[in-house]
Amino acid sequence: MTPSKSPASRTAAGGKTSGKAGAKSADKTVAKTDAKPDPKVSEKAAAKSGTKSAASKANSPSSTENRKALHTSLLHTMLLQRRFEERTAEMYAIGKIGGFCHLYIGQEAVSTGFISLLRDDDYIITTYRDHGQALARGMTPRAVMAELFGRVDGCVGGKGGSMHLFDKSLGFLGGHGIVGGHIPIAAGVGFAIKYRGGDQVIVCFMGEAAVNNGAFHEALNMAALWKLPCLFVIENNRYGMGTAVERASAINDIYKRGASYDMPRDVVDGQDVFAVRAAAEEAIARARTESMPTLLEIRTYRFMGHSMSDAVSGTYRTKEELEKYLKRDPILLLRSQMEENGDLSEAEWTAMDEEIKAVVQDSIDFAENSPEPALETLYEHVLVDTTSD
Amino acid sequence: MAVITYREALNQALREEMARDDRVFLMGEEVAVYQGAYKVSKGLLQEFGEMRVVDTPITELGFAGVGVGAAMVGLRPIIEFMTWNFSLLALDQVVNAAAKMLYMTNGQFPMPMVFRGPNGSALQLAAQHSQAWESWLAHIPGLKVVVPGTPYDAKGLLKAAIRDDNPVCFLEGEMLYNTKGEVPDEEYVIPLGKADLKREGDHCSLITHGKMVLVALQAAEQLAKEGIQCDVVDLRTVRPMDVDAIVASVKKTNRAVVVEEGWEICGVGAQVVDYVQRNCFDYLDAPVLRVHQADTPMPYAKAIEKAAKPDVPKTIAAVKKVLYIDD
Amino acid sequence: MATKVMMEALSPTMEEGRLAKWLKNEGDTVANGDVLAEVETDKAIMELVARGDGVLRKRLIGEDTTAPVGDLIGIIAGADEDISAMLAGAGGGDAGASEAKSNAKGEAKDAASDDAASAAAKPSSEGAAKPSEAEASSEAPANKADAPAAASATSAPSEKPAQSDADGRVLASPLARRMASEQGVSLSNVQGSGPGGRVVRRDIEAAASQAASAPASSAKAAASSSSTSANAGASAPAAAQAKPQGKPPAIPLAPSMQIDGDARDVPLTQMRKTIARRLSESIGPVPTFYLTAEFDTTTVASLRTQMASAGDAFKVSVNDIIMKATAVALAKHPECNAHWLGDSIRYHARVHLGMAVATDDGLIVPVIRDADTKGLGQIGREARELAGRARERKLKPEEYTGSTFSVSNLGMFGIDQFTAIINPPEVGILAIGSSETKPVWEDGAFVPKQRMRVTMSCDHRVIDGAVGARFLQTLKHLIENPFLMLY
Repeated sequence: MTPSKSPASRTAAGGKTSGKAGAKSADKTVAKTDAKPDPKVSEKAAAKSGTKSAASKANSPSSTENRKALHTSLLHTMLLQRRFEERTAEMYAIGKIGGFCHLYIGQEAVSTGFISLLRDDDYIITTYRDHGQALARGMTPRAVMAELFGRVDGCVGGKGGSMHLFDKSLGFLGGHGIVGGHIPIAAGVGFAIKYRGGDQVIVCFMGEAAVNNGAFHEALNMAALWKLPCLFVIENNRYGMGTAVERASAINDIYKRGASYDMPRDVVDGQDVFAVRAAAEEAIARARTESMPTLLEIRTYRFMGHSMSDAVSGTYRTKEELEKYLKRDPILLLRSQMEENGDLSEAEWTAMDEEIKAVVQDSIDFAENSPEPALETLYEHVLVDTTSD
Repeated sequence: MAVITYREALNQALREEMARDDRVFLMGEEVAVYQGAYKVSKGLLQEFGEMRVVDTPITELGFAGVGVGAAMVGLRPIIEFMTWNFSLLALDQVVNAAAKMLYMTNGQFPMPMVFRGPNGSALQLAAQHSQAWESWLAHIPGLKVVVPGTPYDAKGLLKAAIRDDNPVCFLEGEMLYNTKGEVPDEEYVIPLGKADLKREGDHCSLITHGKMVLVALQAAEQLAKEGIQCDVVDLRTVRPMDVDAIVASVKKTNRAVVVEEGWEICGVGAQVVDYVQRNCFDYLDAPVLRVHQADTPMPYAKAIEKAAKPDVPKTIAAVKKVLYIDD
Repeated sequence: MATKVMMEALSPTMEEGRLAKWLKNEGDTVANGDVLAEVETDKAIMELVARGDGVLRKRLIGEDTTAPVGDLIGIIAGADEDISAMLAGAGGGDAGASEAKSNAKGEAKDAASDDAASAAAKPSSEGAAKPSEAEASSEAPANKADAPAAASATSAPSEKPAQSDADGRVLASPLARRMASEQGVSLSNVQGSGPGGRVVRRDIEAAASQAASAPASSAKAAASSSSTSANAGASAPAAAQAKPQGKPPAIPLAPSMQIDGDARDVPLTQMRKTIARRLSESIGPVPTFYLTAEFDTTTVASLRTQMASAGDAFKVSVNDIIMKATAVALAKHPECNAHWLGDSIRYHARVHLGMAVATDDGLIVPVIRDADTKGLGQIGREARELAGRARERKLKPEEYTGSTFSVSNLGMFGIDQFTAIINPPEVGILAIGSSETKPVWEDGAFVPKQRMRVTMSCDHRVIDGAVGARFLQTLKHLIENPFLMLY
């Protein structure tokens, strides 16, 4: 395995993507809007991409029974994130949780779509808005809630809190607090996979505001240059804290940034879990089989403020805009599709919701009863005293 | 024992450790095809191949992060900065990621990696290329900071740094690469965190590290001609610092001068002085003095560059002052 | 040019002084030599004079305030001169202290102390002494002191007594403090050779090497102090600074003791502090024994009567006669006219007789110099004059230092016999009781005679029993046959 610098191979990589439903068509579609940015047009592009992708293999189980099981599973994962974070907000409000706490509500289809397609030995790395990915990856609500509470049974023993969820056994590489800082790390994980000759992938979630950061470009350049099995997933929720994407990025179609590195790229409707899965499936396959990175812009929306200290609508977006997006709640979209398909009855929905609420309540009870870290843990894990001997 | 250069000593350490453990790889600017900007990695590409000796774009933040990611999943990266002056672009990875990863993951992710490269000033490289960063790095819990001054130490310490499961910042001296010293033919590893008494004397402790070890030794030699005998304590590792060695020496000599390449304010010497005042208060016969770079950016012109740098005459003057000679 | 007003060392043992009274107000014009204030030292009330011309711009301490020697206590400057920088430095102590030392009045070094100094301080041309030697050698500080001492007392830091900062804290390195504590060296007696007079290791080593011979180190102090006052024979500074190296065991004080009835706590005056210190130094290390003899003073009494009848000019007291007799006896017994110097005994050729005088504040010992050669009348006049000024606390330092032997007389209080405490480094003192009329068996009958008990305290390190006895014998013979003093 050698990191190839051959221009020919880069061209070949670009060529491979062009034949599929991804980058180039989206590139063209959105290019029309470049002079006059229009979210609606972008949205169309995303919807179009999603519609196409929804027909992909990942979303088309061979039987009705399998379909129902898959969709129920996806709904369950998304609803768990939703209910968990609703209670998280409540716990924050009553002081059980401190520090910075960024909620994922509204974006659950993104984590669910990607992670539902990963293998156990794949890797995930994300930002401080990490509760959704952690739960989607299978971290228990207890471990997450206890961490939010700062208790010893938290996934990192109360050392990290909301922004720093990690679980090595799940290949969940955190929970990083500096915008953009984790993107080169993802490239490094990709490098290590390639170094070992493995076929795992790493999915790196980031917000759209990170793409203006030098770390993003440095990482994408190396990932493309060295052909690393990385999925760079931009969760474009339209606002970097309070700054709209149009006010921060010279180019509004974020996925076009991939063109700088000749990296396969796509734009996807992030409220449609099937669209997400279709794009993810393609990118994962590219990484796993060709050791090629992909840049995916997933258009989504956060229904809550940037963090718990930010009002839901705030000064930077209107209630009307929020209400418009609330109609495209990824959970409601999936639920209605399942109801249309006859895969979800009212009773089944209620039962699922009640079951999840109970699980979340259990996580709160568990966190409450978990002890605070002992004072001596303060000095634990600053260094290890081991060597490779 | 063979007499080899500091550069060769480092090269041997890299080669031996890469041969010993195939998780170890070297990454940085010009390390492979160019054979190293300072030729420290000479021959390694030919021996270990492109995957283990990796040229990077000029992208310090990026490849430092690549090192962190690779270390998270079990590799043992050696990240070379062409000089530590360029590492500032990468400090987020060194400080926020590498140093803190073990702690914020509650022990789940050790960072068995080395950041290395030449540190401090050479000759007439002016302000942006002439900075000693060890005090910055030593400030950070979660890092180890190694600053070898001799070929023997450079090899033994680099091997230890590569084997260490913690992130180690390894600061070499550009002006040291051509210095020579005896290095054993057989394999050896020098434990991190242990100072070395490079010279013994009863009158004053010269506490130093890195490039300034040679300065201190030369100063001690000249002072000896006047009957002044100095302990030269080479810290070798400034984090963790060998407090016992400092204390033992100062309790013996009752006087200390700390010599470092970097600036005064919050420098390594400030920490040494703190350890001394805490542990040797009743043994001090004079305030501890420090020799360091002038509190200015490094100038280009020769005369003022010389004036800015810590050197032998400044060290001798400080020793005499703590001995209450030539006040 | 502004002039600092410092708390000056107005006595050789003075470490701090209490400003008793300002004699000039702020704004007063003063000339060099004008008396600015009265300062109570450990021994006396002294006058502090201006060291420059100008206006007393600032009085920095109030009356009844104590300041360490060297502290800035006032500023003399031109009426419009900017003294802010000087004021800013006030209390820093360091700069001020180094000037103050120029005013430190030491007694003259006599030939003997010169010897001691050169013994302690090998003349060294190695100004830049090799540190290895400097460290190994206890002479190091003395080396430095050597050259400047010859010139003046204003230069080398090593000439100062231990430097103090504004709070009177002795400047010493932590190591020097620990060593001093372990070796029983009093830091305030050690001259610091470091910057600003800091006492450093080599200074303690030098002091400790002379620990067995305390006066030797004080001789060094004398040698290095000012030679402005040429009072030949006065080794008083040496005596005053001689301190036994081993501190006497601390006597538990009783702060928690129940106070029964009226009591008042009186802070120690400078004088009382010095008395306490000096006398406890004496009783501790000095192996003292006592010899008592009863003298017949009948003849002395009749001599007085005869002299008085010759006119007022010839009136003498019993004490004057005792003083004269003691001086003459000492001249015959130089083995008792001596100083204990730790590693040597200094036998004095001249007799300077100390005379204990009670004052309201306590004991002081003015000195009648060359008492053996002076006539009774002169001794009497000097004694009365010194005693009078002692009670007014107007003695000059040279008038109460430098005695070679002392006499204490409590006869006037009706004390018939007591023991006196030796005033080191002297080696003997006489305690004179009252003269009483007693029946004495003489030639087969009791006859009334005047009798007086005299007790001699002897430092056994210098005076053996027989030596002391022979001295007393001579004294008795002189008292009982006063005409012998005419020879």
